[in-house]
Amino acid sequence: MRLSRRQMLGTGLAAGMMGLLPRLASAQPRRGGHVTAACMSSSTADTLDPAKGALSTDYCRHAMFYNGLTDYDDNAQPRLSLAESLNSSDQMIWRVVVRDDVKFHDGSKLTADDVVFSLLRLQDPASGSKVKPIASQMASVRAVSPRDVEIVLTSPNVDLPSILAQSHFYIIKAGTTNFSTANGTGPFRCQTFQPGVRTLGVRNEDYFRDGRPYLDSLELIGIPDEVARVNALLSGDVQMILAINPRSTRRIRESGTHELLVTPSGLYTNLIMRRDAIPTSSPDFVLGMKYLFDRDLIKRALFRDYATIGNDHPIPPFDPLYRADIPQRTLDLDRARYHFARADLPSTPLPLYCSPAAEGSVDMASVLQEYGSKVGLKLAVNRMPADGYWSTHWMKHPLGFGNTNPRPTADLIFSLFYKSTAAWNESGWKNERFDRLLLEARAQGDFALRKEIYGEMQEIVATECGTAIPVFITLIDGFDKRVKGLRPIPLGGFMGYKFPEHVWWEG
Amino acid sequence: MAGPATRGLLATALPLIGKRIASGMLTLLLVSLVVFFIAQLLPGDAAQEMLGQAATADAVAALREKFGLDRPAPERYVRWLVGMLTGDPGYSLVANMAVSDVIAARLPNSLLLAALSAMVSVPVALTIGILSAMHRDARLDRGLNVATLSMVALPEFLVATLAVLVLSVQLRWLPSIALIPPDASPWLVLRSLAMPILTLSVIVIAQMARMTRAAIIQQLSQPYVEMALLKGIKPARVVLTHVLPNAIGPIVNAMALSLSYLLGGAIIVETIFNYPGLASLMVNAVTSRDMPLLQACAMIFCTAYLLLVLIADTVAILANPRLRNR
Repeated sequence: MRLSRRQMLGTGLAAGMMGLLPRLASAQPRRGGHVTAACMSSSTADTLDPAKGALSTDYCRHAMFYNGLTDYDDNAQPRLSLAESLNSSDQMIWRVVVRDDVKFHDGSKLTADDVVFSLLRLQDPASGSKVKPIASQMASVRAVSPRDVEIVLTSPNVDLPSILAQSHFYIIKAGTTNFSTANGTGPFRCQTFQPGVRTLGVRNEDYFRDGRPYLDSLELIGIPDEVARVNALLSGDVQMILAINPRSTRRIRESGTHELLVTPSGLYTNLIMRRDAIPTSSPDFVLGMKYLFDRDLIKRALFRDYATIGNDHPIPPFDPLYRADIPQRTLDLDRARYHFARADLPSTPLPLYCSPAAEGSVDMASVLQEYGSKVGLKLAVNRMPADGYWSTHWMKHPLGFGNTNPRPTADLIFSLFYKSTAAWNESGWKNERFDRLLLEARAQGDFALRKEIYGEMQEIVATECGTAIPVFITLIDGFDKRVKGLRPIPLGGFMGYKFPEHVWWEG
Repeated sequence: MAGPATRGLLATALPLIGKRIASGMLTLLLVSLVVFFIAQLLPGDAAQEMLGQAATADAVAALREKFGLDRPAPERYVRWLVGMLTGDPGYSLVANMAVSDVIAARLPNSLLLAALSAMVSVPVALTIGILSAMHRDARLDRGLNVATLSMVALPEFLVATLAVLVLSVQLRWLPSIALIPPDASPWLVLRSLAMPILTLSVIVIAQMARMTRAAIIQQLSQPYVEMALLKGIKPARVVLTHVLPNAIGPIVNAMALSLSYLLGGAIIVETIFNYPGLASLMVNAVTSRDMPLLQACAMIFCTAYLLLVLIADTVAILANPRLRNR
């Protein structure tokens, strides 16, 4: 893998900019204006520390004030950002050269030391880093010269450029410990940051990308209540809102002044069947449950068609790595009955844990209960509060729901949630071949060969792993039509939360 | 009032008030104990909540140690209490700043909203209560009764949502969210707060008006009112100069209860209008298991409530002629 500015320009594959030229030709970005964007959460836990970013407002806020070494284009592929080049011949030892023309908001120049500091602190558990398991694959990070950084991984990983584009890996000034304000390289300077209230950024005139950002100022707030969020948009108090319910789409479209940003994503809510409990450890039980999902119904009724049907593995159909020739699993009561008969079901109802914390799981649980009763499976639906669900219920019961956000690469999803030793190996399954393939794919530079490997892994997960993924949830945002430049990036709403430097105001 | 009379009054009132304050302090202590130990029963702690889905055993352990959550609960409680008594409410685990700073950013908002709502609702409630008591069972009273009863019955989320739909989404007269920039003009502040005030007032006015009506009606059946009326004093004057002072105790009590609601019970209003007040801060503290912040909020609400009740009691004691003349 080799990424350099010259290469990107040469091949014309800087998809983000080049591919869009025809569409942008009619609408030239305009400078000026102020936009207020509302995310869905805001609390005292709001943070300016990229390592601690946990929720949508954090991701957006961090994209206002910081940059990564790399960035995502519209197809969620990595491209260079703060890095001028990022090279490796063996996918193991990576050489990063940082750009020479980048300044932090305090006026100091970006150096290799800042990169070393930013990346190494992610491995310190006391930093509250959300990506410690991922960051730990960096065996060493050191500055070779003022602009050169050498990253040595514990094992080859071709996806490092993609990993570095995640907001947790954004670069902060070396030695930063106080995050009451932000000192980054990003498109906006932090003027006000009140956790749980608002974040206000003003244009960074020294931004290293010429002409950007377009807005004079950008304000970020959180409105947790979905109805209030939609009302705030329609009444003109905010110009962009994240994450709306499919039920609100009509109201927004019919306003005439507002539009939807629809982003098919890899977000999924899955049923988890633990290998360490009875009867969920039985492969027959697992298959029975997988045949019990009425995926069309879930897509149509629960998500009003704002979903993509899944096939019990975490790679969505629009992903270039998706393997299309695995037969699509559908609702099949006869097969489910056959498998349950062999699975030795208990006579008492089997508790099924769901929660509003895992989007759509409460309704999915009811649907499962209904179909289960037709094939001799008694389910007791236990609806848990969202509060504390992840720490007390998730992965702790034989049968329960989880929810996984889109990740930029197949490798990340598989290594975080499916590898035998993964901390969030939800069903506690182990598959040696899968683990071996994972490492093989990581080291494989050739796309076609990697796709083949990932294809086999998808099949293994779909047939053997104790996880059922009925659909991938499409993300829907709302915005004022005068906000321009928004495009879906399949990693999250608001352009994978990276909208700040892309949008402009035509008011 | 002459000197000796005042002194006599204070002599009877002061011990009573002193006793109230002492029992108030004890209540505060008990509340802090209960809040602390009930919060321990919540699943998870600040370290786990902060890491959320990303919580791995070693990351949680490291954060716990950093926050001091690995210490036993009684020890943490005593530490907090000692800090509180020396005027230091501690450090917010989640917001990463001093609890006093977090609260200082929110408390004025809550006080402003409560004060403005009180300024609107108290006069209106008094007027409604007095009017309907004076015209007991007449058409005006029945009309007001229906109005206040339906206001009491309306949940505030409905009032707020309807107000937003009509006043901001349809008519675009008022902003749907009450986020006030720091440099806002008083006019903008009022405009932003208009709907939250309206919503809170709807609930509070109805409660206060009904209590006022009941208190005045109770006095109106007293012999001294009959005497005054027989002496030819106009009913309006009887109510304002004779009845109202006698009914002031229960009325002030009702107001104290309603006003304490304005400060703490405003959570739904704060949520719908996205108003950065103390109630939503406390809910945040609960969900993030931020104990120092949670304790501080609980203490503020409890203190405010006790203070209001204390003021109401004091007014009632001072206004009570029997007590005054003893």
